[in-house]
Amino acid sequence: MHATHCGLDSLDVSHIPEQIGGLSRRDFLKFCTGIAATLGLSSTSALQIAEAATNEQRPPVIWLHGQECTGCSESLLRANHPTLESLILDIISLDYHETLSVAAGHQVEAVKKESMEKNKGKYVLVVEGAIPMKDGGVYCKIGNKTIHDHVVEAAEGAAAIIAMGSCASWGGVQSTPPNPTGSVGVPEVLKGKTVVTIPGCPPNPYNILATVLHLLTFKRPPELDELGRPKFAYGRLIHENCERRPHFDAGRFAIEFGDAGHRAGYCLYKLGCKGPETYANCPVARFGDVGSASWPVATGHPCIGCTEKHIVFEKPIHALAKVKSLEPPTAYPRIAEERGNGISPAAAGLVGLAAGAVIGAGAMVAAKVGDQPEEKSKE
Amino acid sequence: MSAHADHAAPVGGRILTVPFLILGMFALIAAYFLILRFIFGLEAAANINNGYPWGIWVTMDVVVGTAFGCGGFVMAFLVYILNKGKYHPLIRPAVMAGLFGYTLGGMAVFFDLGRYWQMYNVFLPWYMHFNSVMLEVALCVATYVVVLWIEFTPVFLEKIGFNNLKQKLEKVLFFFIGLGVLLPVMHQSSLGTMMLGAGYKLHPLWNTVLLPLLFLSSAIIMGYSIVIFESIFAAAGLKRPQETHILAPLSNILWWLLLFFLAVRIVDLLWRGVLPNLDWQGFWFLVELALFVIPLAFLSKNHQTARVLFLSGFCLLLAGTLYRINVYLIGFTAGTSGWNYFPSVPEILVTIGVFSFEIMLYLIFVKKLPVLASPQH
Amino acid sequence: MNRRDFLKTAIASAGTVALPTAQARDPKQMPEKAVGMLYDSTLCIGCKACVAACKSANNMPPANDAPDLKKWNNANTWDTPLDISGYTLNVIKVYKEHDNASNKDQDYAFMKRHCLHCVDPSCVSVCPVSAMRKDTTTGVVTYNPDACIGCRYCVLGCPFSVPQFQYDTPFPRIQKCQFCEHLQKQGKLPACVDVCPTGASLFGDAKQLLEEAKRRLAKKSGETYVFPRGKLGSEERPPHEAQVPQYQQHVYGEKEAGGTQVIYLSGVPFQKLGLPTNLPDYSYAVVTESIQHTLYKGMIAPLALLGGLVYFAKRNADKHDEEDKS
Repeated sequence: MHATHCGLDSLDVSHIPEQIGGLSRRDFLKFCTGIAATLGLSSTSALQIAEAATNEQRPPVIWLHGQECTGCSESLLRANHPTLESLILDIISLDYHETLSVAAGHQVEAVKKESMEKNKGKYVLVVEGAIPMKDGGVYCKIGNKTIHDHVVEAAEGAAAIIAMGSCASWGGVQSTPPNPTGSVGVPEVLKGKTVVTIPGCPPNPYNILATVLHLLTFKRPPELDELGRPKFAYGRLIHENCERRPHFDAGRFAIEFGDAGHRAGYCLYKLGCKGPETYANCPVARFGDVGSASWPVATGHPCIGCTEKHIVFEKPIHALAKVKSLEPPTAYPRIAEERGNGISPAAAGLVGLAAGAVIGAGAMVAAKVGDQPEEKSKE
Repeated sequence: MSAHADHAAPVGGRILTVPFLILGMFALIAAYFLILRFIFGLEAAANINNGYPWGIWVTMDVVVGTAFGCGGFVMAFLVYILNKGKYHPLIRPAVMAGLFGYTLGGMAVFFDLGRYWQMYNVFLPWYMHFNSVMLEVALCVATYVVVLWIEFTPVFLEKIGFNNLKQKLEKVLFFFIGLGVLLPVMHQSSLGTMMLGAGYKLHPLWNTVLLPLLFLSSAIIMGYSIVIFESIFAAAGLKRPQETHILAPLSNILWWLLLFFLAVRIVDLLWRGVLPNLDWQGFWFLVELALFVIPLAFLSKNHQTARVLFLSGFCLLLAGTLYRINVYLIGFTAGTSGWNYFPSVPEILVTIGVFSFEIMLYLIFVKKLPVLASPQH
Repeated sequence: MNRRDFLKTAIASAGTVALPTAQARDPKQMPEKAVGMLYDSTLCIGCKACVAACKSANNMPPANDAPDLKKWNNANTWDTPLDISGYTLNVIKVYKEHDNASNKDQDYAFMKRHCLHCVDPSCVSVCPVSAMRKDTTTGVVTYNPDACIGCRYCVLGCPFSVPQFQYDTPFPRIQKCQFCEHLQKQGKLPACVDVCPTGASLFGDAKQLLEEAKRRLAKKSGETYVFPRGKLGSEERPPHEAQVPQYQQHVYGEKEAGGTQVIYLSGVPFQKLGLPTNLPDYSYAVVTESIQHTLYKGMIAPLALLGGLVYFAKRNADKHDEEDKS
């Protein structure tokens, strides 16, 4: 698809550089259009996004790591439109990231401090990983300071806060009972502050890209639900957009891995697919750039519900999902449905007439016949 | 039948009178809707549904219609079994009423049956299900229709002058008379048993294991009532002398039967501790009860006038009809909630047409055949 | 009324026709190898896969029942059954306490409607032409259109209002769930059970299913339990673990109307699921058949009555003949 087909042809794009990172202007505009579509915005917004992304003043980003596996960063590393380097070199200014920074130790901590002071009120804070709270938060320390204190400190001057991944969003695998380190998500630590959560294990990289670009473009986070999740990505159940849904409706299920139904692409509900209770845009946005139309369910694995707090690490993979789209239930016949034709005025009238005619005829005859006791027999 | 029948004679007169043509019109309307029913299915003419599978066709045409036809067997019992010869003039019209009631009841069954083309299955031994109340009703009614036609055959033979054959038939008629009393006793009671199969769907006011007894006794009451009603109605309508002298003693029998019926009905209700509520069913129960009780008061006098007799008979016919409607329709509630039923206009017109047709047949028969006792006698 | 009262009354009514004893018809027992189904409403997710599978397994057309959908469903592209009907053998219905009900098995619950395959079926008892039959081995209640005359007594007599007649065709028939007898004969599961993702519809030996139901009731709510899927006792389908819900402590169908081979478990009172809860623990067939057997046992009473009637009719006829001659 060409950018010119997306409503951009009428717009002046000359101020967008011809080459951005590894992308041509055309490819860059296509990327921005894609992001606009992910956000559910019109194609004209793509230009705004492109303008925001090419702004000389690249927004600084502070990326903190708590209790995590760096899987979220890894998934972002594998996004290829744009590639990570074009993202961090041309779109944002990644001032602090423990995995990606070339510098280390006191040097990098100093860069972080400097950036936070210089860009106070302007930088974006991204937190990856959960925050342990037990025993004063000693279970995760960086530079002799607990991650809890790092997060609170960085949040002070942040223009926006993004919790990246399930751990940062609600505690993730660390918070699974018995939760030995008392780990929680960022919203729990920064109560009262707006935290955009991008749950997922790992989350879809395009969901965070879209969120970041939304912040850059409109200077406010996208519309969020009550858990802080952007609605464009987490507004619907996997079940609602799943390509295997018709099989569910028709009662065609894979019963075991590798059986005939599984090979035929039937619904994975019986294998424990959590799609019916998991909110995410995986069936629409797909996942992980490994090829077209690919996401876990498409490859034949049931959804494990990685975005949902009480599902992914608490419910066994084979356990059946609660089908949420049916709550509260609609489109079912009720126990008592009105059926059959009741009384109609015409029918009621007719019955009245007939009864009246019978009684009338009876009365007429009664009036006619004699009232004398026992007539004389003719015999 | 016996020698007394000789006194009967055709009434004579024109067939195509105005009332006859009006009745004919109703019959034609019914025929039209029945054609629709056979082309498009029952829904095209009737409101019956899976909540209320039996509508007024079953209730009125079959259950009430055959009860109207009970005059034949109750009079046969009185005249031929109990040997009360004085009632003999009433027997032929009574048997004829039975003939029409049952024949048309059978016809109504035909157009109410969903798979009428397999109706003969009830006569195939390998399909018969002997525990079914309905099989008993079906076989009894079918046999009784044949018996009624045999009982009535002497009238035809008399008309065409085959007196020799008539005498031969009358020699063996006693067997059919016996059978003709037994069969209605069997199926009229079973029409009551039939609704016990509905279980909880039948309202407690009518839901009793005594239903067969109540149906049988109310059928006998209706049988005597129709004889009284028909006699007085015919006398008034055809301008013939009243037969009050034989109807009055008949009404005494009726009074005792009525007392028996009401006693059973009320004792049963009291024993089961069921009282009518202030609702739709309760209302119709009270109307039904009133219609039974009023004639009981009327008939308690010793010397009845034709008018009182007529009104009592009329009242009891309404009472018996309402009792049957109550059991089959008003007291019946669909097992799953949400169902509605009230007869549709075509459905009612078909029932009106069936009864009109019955009266038309009556008029033709009494005018052309020796049915009514001759007034000259 | 209990059976004892009923018998008393039956004897009383028998007395009125001068018969010595009432012939009570004993309630029928479940066949040894009766098959059954356990429908656990709390496991049902309302996916309606069973409704779709039932239609295709039994070659049933889509039903266009819902009045508010009729206008744009003229082509019958959507199957919108309101209930079982002449064109639907199985349907999932919902009970909702109020419009915003959202707590499953508390203020809303699913209900699966189809034949319960009574132990002592009324429809079999009332059918004059043996169109309804109960298999002596499996206990499945089947329908034979070749026998049926369309009297709809089964529709009236079924305490669960299951047999459904077709009123909109000149050549109608009764339709009812026959437990996918044709599939069972091929060793397959009934279609609705086959597709049920949660085991809400569980097939198996009727007696074992009753034990299974009672095992579930014996568990405390919140405990984990391994719910079998497909056929009870068969390893073919993997079971699944879930928490035991808050059950109503009653197995519907254990005793109702003399027992049914399809039994129900629910989290909400059964009445709210539209199941009649005022049923006696014997079949209505016991009532009608006892009356019939009392009156017509061996046709002795009717024949005796006939003999008497014919005797008097003959005697009186002879008398009249003599009078006429003299």
